[in-house]
Amino acid sequence: MTAWPARRPRPGPHRTALLGCAVLSVALAGCSLLGEDGSPDASGGTDTVVLVTHDSFALPQQLLREFESQTGDRLRVLASGDAGALTNKLVLTRDDPVGDVAFGVDNTFASRALDAGVFATAAVDLPPGAAAYALPDGTDRLVPVDTGDVCVNIDTGWFADRDLAPPATLDDLVRPAYRDLLVTPGASTSSPGLAFLLSTIAEYGDRWPDYWAELMDNGAALTAGWSDAYYVDFTQGGQDGTRPIVVSYDSSPAFTVGDDGRSTTRALLDTCFRQVEYAGVLAGAANPEAARDLVQFLLSPQVQAALPESMYVFPVRSGVDLPASWARFAPRPTAPYTLDPADISAHRDEWLTTWTEVTTR
Amino acid sequence: MTRRLAALALLAAVPLAVLGVFFVLPVSGMLAQGLWVDGHVDLRGVLEVLARPRVHRVVWFTVWSAAAGTLCALLLGLPAAYTLYRLSFPGARLLRAAMLVPFVLPTVVVGVAFRQLLGRGGPLGPLGLDGTPVAIIAALAFFNVAVVVRAVGTAWESLDPRPAEAAAALGATPAQVLWTVTLPALRPALVAAASVVFLFCATAFGVVLTLGGLRYATVETEIYLLTTNLLDLQAAAVLSLVQLGVVVGLLLVGQRLRSVPDPTQHRVVARPRRPRRGDVPALVATGLLLVLVGAPLLTLVTGSLHREGAWGLGNYTALGRPDAAGTTATGALVTSLRTAVDATWMALACGLLVAAVATRRSRSRTERRVRSTLDGLFMLPLGVSAVTLGFGFLITLDHPPLDLRESPLLVPVAQALVALPLVVRTLTPVLGGIDDRQRQAAASLGASPWRVLVTVDLPVLWKPLLAAAGFALAVSLGEFGATSFLVREDRPTLPVAIYRLLGHPGTTNYGTALAASVLLAGTTVVVMLAVERLRVPSVGAM
Amino acid sequence: MLELDRVSVSYDGVPAVTAASLRLPEAQVLAVLGPSGCGKSTLLRAVAGLEPLAGGRVLVDGADLAGVPTHRRGCALMFQDGQLFGHLTVAGNVGYALRLRRTPARDVARRVDELLALVDLAGYAERLPGTLSGGERQRVALARALAVDPRVLLLDEPLSALDATLREHLAGELRRILRRAGTTAVLVTHDHEEAFAVADRMAVMRSGRVVQEGPIGEVWQHPADAETALFLGYARVLRGPAAAVVARAAGLAATPALAVRRSSLVVSPVGRLPGVVESARATPEQVRLVVRLEEVGEVDAVAPTGAHAAPGDVVHLTVDPHRLAALPES
Repeated sequence: MTAWPARRPRPGPHRTALLGCAVLSVALAGCSLLGEDGSPDASGGTDTVVLVTHDSFALPQQLLREFESQTGDRLRVLASGDAGALTNKLVLTRDDPVGDVAFGVDNTFASRALDAGVFATAAVDLPPGAAAYALPDGTDRLVPVDTGDVCVNIDTGWFADRDLAPPATLDDLVRPAYRDLLVTPGASTSSPGLAFLLSTIAEYGDRWPDYWAELMDNGAALTAGWSDAYYVDFTQGGQDGTRPIVVSYDSSPAFTVGDDGRSTTRALLDTCFRQVEYAGVLAGAANPEAARDLVQFLLSPQVQAALPESMYVFPVRSGVDLPASWARFAPRPTAPYTLDPADISAHRDEWLTTWTEVTTR
Repeated sequence: MTRRLAALALLAAVPLAVLGVFFVLPVSGMLAQGLWVDGHVDLRGVLEVLARPRVHRVVWFTVWSAAAGTLCALLLGLPAAYTLYRLSFPGARLLRAAMLVPFVLPTVVVGVAFRQLLGRGGPLGPLGLDGTPVAIIAALAFFNVAVVVRAVGTAWESLDPRPAEAAAALGATPAQVLWTVTLPALRPALVAAASVVFLFCATAFGVVLTLGGLRYATVETEIYLLTTNLLDLQAAAVLSLVQLGVVVGLLLVGQRLRSVPDPTQHRVVARPRRPRRGDVPALVATGLLLVLVGAPLLTLVTGSLHREGAWGLGNYTALGRPDAAGTTATGALVTSLRTAVDATWMALACGLLVAAVATRRSRSRTERRVRSTLDGLFMLPLGVSAVTLGFGFLITLDHPPLDLRESPLLVPVAQALVALPLVVRTLTPVLGGIDDRQRQAAASLGASPWRVLVTVDLPVLWKPLLAAAGFALAVSLGEFGATSFLVREDRPTLPVAIYRLLGHPGTTNYGTALAASVLLAGTTVVVMLAVERLRVPSVGAM
Repeated sequence: MLELDRVSVSYDGVPAVTAASLRLPEAQVLAVLGPSGCGKSTLLRAVAGLEPLAGGRVLVDGADLAGVPTHRRGCALMFQDGQLFGHLTVAGNVGYALRLRRTPARDVARRVDELLALVDLAGYAERLPGTLSGGERQRVALARALAVDPRVLLLDEPLSALDATLREHLAGELRRILRRAGTTAVLVTHDHEEAFAVADRMAVMRSGRVVQEGPIGEVWQHPADAETALFLGYARVLRGPAAAVVARAAGLAATPALAVRRSSLVVSPVGRLPGVVESARATPEQVRLVVRLEEVGEVDAVAPTGAHAAPGDVVHLTVDPHRLAALPES
């Protein structure tokens, strides 16, 4: 018999395995989302009100708790996707809604939601100033909550350095002086992109495709999303961008305030398209009473005052204090472009198809 | 025989039920929304959609960009697979783990990083690649090269070196050996990797959207657009069907080309050796790949260290600061981890059952066919658009007993579906590699089926099982698509939080988003390093 | 007592074993012999409960095993390549079944030592299977199977993976060990030498059927037919007049067919069958010849070493009647 060097066997591997699995299972059980508060069994009761909204929804926890203590209802927030995804989700689930209240349908999608019968009438009192943002039709179902304008923004320093007069209107953007300077998010993939398209449609009517052809000929760059255009391509995005003209929001200049206390960017107030976000009680809501309370709550002074810091939008309620930088650097356009939501709803597909053709020609 | 089939059905029942409820039902629900008009299938409408020139363009672009992406990933991945798995040098293990980072990074972040690199102002700006298909293909390769490196690398690592030695002894040059012996032996792994990469490329969403400008759309982005923006569910359904058809076809081809390794064959495994002069081309190619993978990551890291015009860790300290809604990036990471844990146990439980069912020895041809079909079935979730699945959940899982659309487990379930193919592909070859006679020997010695499982299967399986857990965790950590379309409590996972940060103005938000991405990447590397320590041939057997 | 009553097994509708009937008394060893693919391993697996029966019954001590799962049958199965558990030590492997029965650790250790001593591997307890040679591995597998104290031990080609010398050596040992343990065993093999070395009884299988069964000597001396004879090591089967000539030379009654071993025809000066050497090949023990006999044709024969027999030479052959087997007309 050969004398083999006796090798120590590993300590009972299957015992180790069992132990590993046991440890793993315990870890799993400890971390699992199972048994969390807010599992569906808790939502069955009528004392819970469910808010369906988009990914950008954000309000201070403290405010949400305030609502709960005021009304005695428990508030659940279900968020996902963007405004378009939200609207279409609501349309698809209209026979059996996911929640009681929806917030985040904007004026480009409102008609679709209303036409599909997503929202129920609810007696909500509009706060002062809000009526200006109300839908021409259907304000008994959808009430405006916040607003913001999509405007062309410019890097003021860039133009000053070059002694170049900055553009001011949509017409200016196709002038050779501003060749290769504009970047805009795409209309088909981004909501500010669509708003910009709508402002050109509002300005040029049926001739808008010609305008876009000229814009593209003048070297406009398209990106998929807003963050892409602003952070990567815009000269004031902080990342070595090369384009000093970007499609963004009227509030954007409030976020580019330098050490000298002045903003390095400015919104061109003659290029703006007004966006309004609405809230409403869903048809078939399990808890319509509480739902109405919630919509009313979104219009309350506290929530309205929290909107700029939380969601980067303006309140619809007048007399609400804005953050200092907003008040100073984010003046609002006095006469922004608007289009009838019904019009947008009726022509969206056609416009986007044409736009895609013009821009990808 | 019937008892065997009954037992098979029983074992398969759980994963099949999961697949049925969380995949087949939602997807067919969405398809029905689009195809079922006024009580019958609207064939006219389907044909009309298929005839649209834009649909042709989109399908064609999807196919050729995915094919090009796959080819690039293969060409770049092969030398790296050799270098990282056949050669031994310091840091090889770390590099192997690092290679997987792109695979799990959220596409939004990678898209932005790529654009920073290729954009007019970026270091590679002069190449003028921004917004061209080249950028898209490079990004697709960036994401998927890890799959090639891993799949081919592990196969290469366990390749019997003797045939190559024999060929060399017969006078073949190293290139001839590679071409005539090594590559043919690697064919199953190559084919498997290629088919999976093609699948991933063809269903890529975020990168194409970000990098394609708007000029280039794939089936996946088109479905998204049609569903969320235009609510043209009919066209979306038709495109989903096209996509499913392609995926099924690809899986069938892959299955045919995938040869089953003979478990009884005794293999000699070559030890990794130090690099020699002949390895220089492979080393150079690997270096190039590292640059390709590293550059966008580097952009990310440097960006994250830059805050308000100065270098520093400000973006990282901001991770702990709550935003208006009280969410912190670190809190989101915790949410991500908890979600990932749930997704992992679901994927593991299902994957284990599927692998067990798929690898048990078949007594008849029918049984064998049933088993291999089952195996392929669980690859399907890879081929369906996240938006279709997400919307499908909403419209189908709304009635008792399946009133699940508000369940906190829905997000983990969706992620588990994405991770499941990886888990199955990790476990199947291991279970298949256990000689069935080991189990029979144990049974004949008096071990009950349960004891057989514990004493024969588990000792072999526990490492791959942990490795699969690592994969599932990593996939779930990075998953964005399905997560963002599902209704969920307002507690974002880290990728969603990053997306949100990117969506808000203010360069500090941007920096924080980059720091959060680095955090996500770091967490992923840690998970993958832990998996790597277990040394399991993993994605390998795809 | 193991009893197989018209056992049939089929794969996917194709019969692998057809109506096989066998009886094996307590403490005896049965060798199931047959070419590869004849269904002998399937038969063994059916006894172990690893293959479902398409028909017939398997009984141990009169009790039908239908519906009894493998792990409750008490039929330890030993594979061609041992199938040791790679993650367990030698002692862990041998004591596997004992631990399944929750035998106290001390008793396990004692029994393992006994069994290792029985298979001549004392001192190997802590080794891992990967470090063992093929022969050692098979002995561990045997000890592991014996530890079950099986009602029937099933051996599936236990020695065929080993080289010739080791095989011969281990066959002898296997017989000694099985005898000493008093085990009822079924040994499946394609090697008749191995069967002779180990078994008491023999069953010959062909195309899924048991063609002959009986005490080993009897089967050896009276093969059921020509094919069986060839498989049992007979060199040729002579028919008709050729058979008659050789039978007559051996002093036997005329027979329609005669199986002839190589060593039954020996070159000798007193031989009564003259013939011409066709070819000759020397081996260390004898010279192997092919001789053409008149009225018979080519036959195999041997000559003592040193005997002069070159191709073309005329030689005379004697016939050893004990190395012939008369076959019934088939």
